[in-house]
Amino acid sequence: MFAYLIRRLFFFVPIVFGVMLLTFVLFFVVQSPEATARRVLGQRANPKAVENWLHNRGYDKPLLVNHNPGEPWHDSLFLHQMGRLATFDLGASDVSGRPLRDVFIQGALPSLLLTLPAFMAGLALSVGLALYLVFIRNAKVDLFASFLCVALMSIPVMVYVIFGQFLVAQVLNYFPAFGFELQGWSTAKFLLLPVSLMVVSGLGADVRLFRALFIEEMGQDYIRTARSKGVSTPSILLRHVLKNGLINLITLVVASLPFLIMGSLLLENFFGIPGLGNVLFSAIQAPDFAVVQASVFLGSLLYLGGLLLTDLCYAWADPRIRLQ
Amino acid sequence: MLTLRNLRIDFGTGPDRVQAVKGVNLSIAPGETLALVGESGSGKSVTGMALTRLLPQPPAVYAGGEILFEGQDVLKMRDSELRKLRGGKIAYVFQEPSTSLNPVFTVHSQIAEALRLHRPEVRDISGEVAHYLDMVGIVDPAKRMHDYPHQLSGGMQQRVMIAMALACRPQLLVADEPTTALDVTVQAQILDQLREIKQQLKMAMLLITHNFGIIGGIADRVAVMFRGEVVEEGPTEAVLRNPQHAYTKALIGCIPQLGQRRRRLTTIDHASLG
Amino acid sequence: MAIMKLLDQMWVQNLCAILGFALLGAMVWSLSRSERWTAAWKRLRRDRIGLCSLGVILLYLVVGGLESVSVNTDSGGRTLLQTFTKFVPQERSYAAPLAATSLSVSDPKPLLGRHLLGTDALGRDTLVQTLRATRSALWIGGLTSLIYIPLGILLGMLSGYYRGWVDDAIQYLYSTIAAVPEILMLVAILLVLGKGLGTMAIALGITGWVGMARLIRGETLRQVERPYVAAARAMGQSDWKILTNHLLPNVMHLVLIKFVLGFSGLVLAEAVLSYLGVGAPVGTASWGAMIDASRSELSREPLIWWNLTSASGALFILVLALNLLGDSMRWAFDPKN
Repeated sequence: MFAYLIRRLFFFVPIVFGVMLLTFVLFFVVQSPEATARRVLGQRANPKAVENWLHNRGYDKPLLVNHNPGEPWHDSLFLHQMGRLATFDLGASDVSGRPLRDVFIQGALPSLLLTLPAFMAGLALSVGLALYLVFIRNAKVDLFASFLCVALMSIPVMVYVIFGQFLVAQVLNYFPAFGFELQGWSTAKFLLLPVSLMVVSGLGADVRLFRALFIEEMGQDYIRTARSKGVSTPSILLRHVLKNGLINLITLVVASLPFLIMGSLLLENFFGIPGLGNVLFSAIQAPDFAVVQASVFLGSLLYLGGLLLTDLCYAWADPRIRLQ
Repeated sequence: MLTLRNLRIDFGTGPDRVQAVKGVNLSIAPGETLALVGESGSGKSVTGMALTRLLPQPPAVYAGGEILFEGQDVLKMRDSELRKLRGGKIAYVFQEPSTSLNPVFTVHSQIAEALRLHRPEVRDISGEVAHYLDMVGIVDPAKRMHDYPHQLSGGMQQRVMIAMALACRPQLLVADEPTTALDVTVQAQILDQLREIKQQLKMAMLLITHNFGIIGGIADRVAVMFRGEVVEEGPTEAVLRNPQHAYTKALIGCIPQLGQRRRRLTTIDHASLG
Repeated sequence: MAIMKLLDQMWVQNLCAILGFALLGAMVWSLSRSERWTAAWKRLRRDRIGLCSLGVILLYLVVGGLESVSVNTDSGGRTLLQTFTKFVPQERSYAAPLAATSLSVSDPKPLLGRHLLGTDALGRDTLVQTLRATRSALWIGGLTSLIYIPLGILLGMLSGYYRGWVDDAIQYLYSTIAAVPEILMLVAILLVLGKGLGTMAIALGITGWVGMARLIRGETLRQVERPYVAAARAMGQSDWKILTNHLLPNVMHLVLIKFVLGFSGLVLAEAVLSYLGVGAPVGTASWGAMIDASRSELSREPLIWWNLTSASGALFILVLALNLLGDSMRWAFDPKN
């Protein structure tokens, strides 16, 4: 188990390096630091300001190797950036100058308050609906349900949000359409609508996927065995199908858990929730390259964490799997 | 005890409808062992599954006839009655033990599930599980029952399946190709075990197989199925010694015999059988 | 970036559109001669939902095609769709569907004509704008597919066929790309490369080939075990011949299903990216941009709902049709049926 974890972490090192290289190429080679500076400071910024901006961030160093006499060879932009990320120094915002570490830590909680309940509720609801569809086993209902699922999948998130916000908050006036405050239960008032919209927008795809998974389990030999023992259908679904199905679900679901921290780009912006999704949204509009670059790096770390978590959950849930 | 009258089973509807069982008549007396022999696709497994309406509908359609178990028509039973029948009175052992056991539950929990359903009066469930595992020849049952199926060999898994079927004390055991997926030496052991247990528990058995070679010492009577119909039926000895139907002769001809020199294995020419 | 400039030329766009349709036609024609495909087509023909979806998609293709081909007029280039809808007048501001007067509270003015789905803030006919936006969706879908499908097939097949270090290298490449969450990757690439249909296709292509390569790698690994590959090897055929003549036809149906389902994802992605402001450039008709523009219209009095509804509706119907067709095709190719 411990040996497995170590091996897995070693396997992650080249991937993290690859991601760092990729972001470096994108943000410092494809677009030169001068161009970045001009886009942040404005096209008509005076050359002195640009030079200062570059120097303050160390962006005026040579790209790969420092050939300047009197300076160490490793004092280059590339090695500097790599070293910075390797020590989890995320740098500062291009726009406000705030340290990004603080920005990300501050944004994580509002994001999680939105995405975690939505994730849980969405999972429970789709598993329940999928099991119910398998249970009733009616050709007409099935056809209708799968059509409905595809239809729900075909609507872009922002349309859900615009219509949902309009109907529930503006016409029915049930919830505040916008805003957020971290004050115990009153937070829920602001979160209920975005959480439900997030659940609904993901429902179609999930129900469809889970239903297919459960139907496949239903065709397995051991289900026939359970039926031949006289086990009732609800009991087969809740015991035999669910446990096997959930193990298969782990691969699909657990990997996305760490991403919940990143929040939801569109929902947070629509509802004015000051989470990481909103941070990224503002960074896109600004543009704030430092934030996008740091998000890519953090996102890939979270992805790898998700992979690791998946393996651990799998080994924990499936008796056939032992990590070694 | 069990009587099939003119049982007909179809698969699918409309133009794609296929007749799998075309009017089968069979009966099994208490304590008797009937072997149902035929190739794959002859309808023998479908008949076995139909005894407790195990075939999923759709695609299966019970098109006609009766399945009388102790005077009651299985085809007319309500779901709750069916669940009492399945496992409690008619129990099954299937071909593939490796896939027929649920991989994520221990042997104990799978046998206990059956016990709780059909023998709720049993207090010491672990003791009862161990008793039946011991009966089918599993060494150290108290320890083995906490294993997961993948920790057992194929022969052991099939023993667990048999123990699970026996644990509810059924009156009829349907063994659907119980040894086909196993090694030859293990096959013989499992068949011996079945024969012994059947006599000990005085339980009826329906042995479904494609192999005439295994029914010799175990079946009282044999019925041969071909294309959804029973083409020949009689005492095992008589059918083996003096088969009437051309198909039965062909099937018996397929058994490789020890000490006989043959250049080629016999195959069945379906065209000539009409 | 010279390529990007080239893409702005009218004749290049016309050529691209015509070539794109020719490519699609050639693919359908060459596939229609294989037995497996005619069998699948026979099954698909009995599937009413699949056929309807195919019809809807063809309709969108025609509309998008008309908007993709331009002709020269005295007042600059004009697309065929614009030429056909020249009779629809432009108003001064908002007008409700089928209204007779413009929508200004104090002083309603008579309109030049009736508009089936009303007009937008600049007085342009909403229906025409919605139809014109089809082009963006189809261009993104088409251009991206031209990038990610060949790349995915090539790398997937090489990885599954040669295994060993080739497999390791390709797997490392796509693990690295997959390690960055897709939306972040897209945003990062688009932010650096700038807006535009071409850059959007490049960004979507870079993230998109991973899924295709994984799919094809898996199927190639399976197919290589089949006797026909051993037979071809025994006959002394070169690896390249085996890959193109034997393996490729056997994975092609997966490619097409993925192409159709992927197309729906690309159309959605175009809308979301345009909505985020990193997608279609200002001035290009796009459903995502229309939805973005109409966001504030919902809080106006009187309520302006038609722009949002037509853009979302057109987007929804296309994506739905693509998803349904993809499902039908998957069913038609399933050997179990």
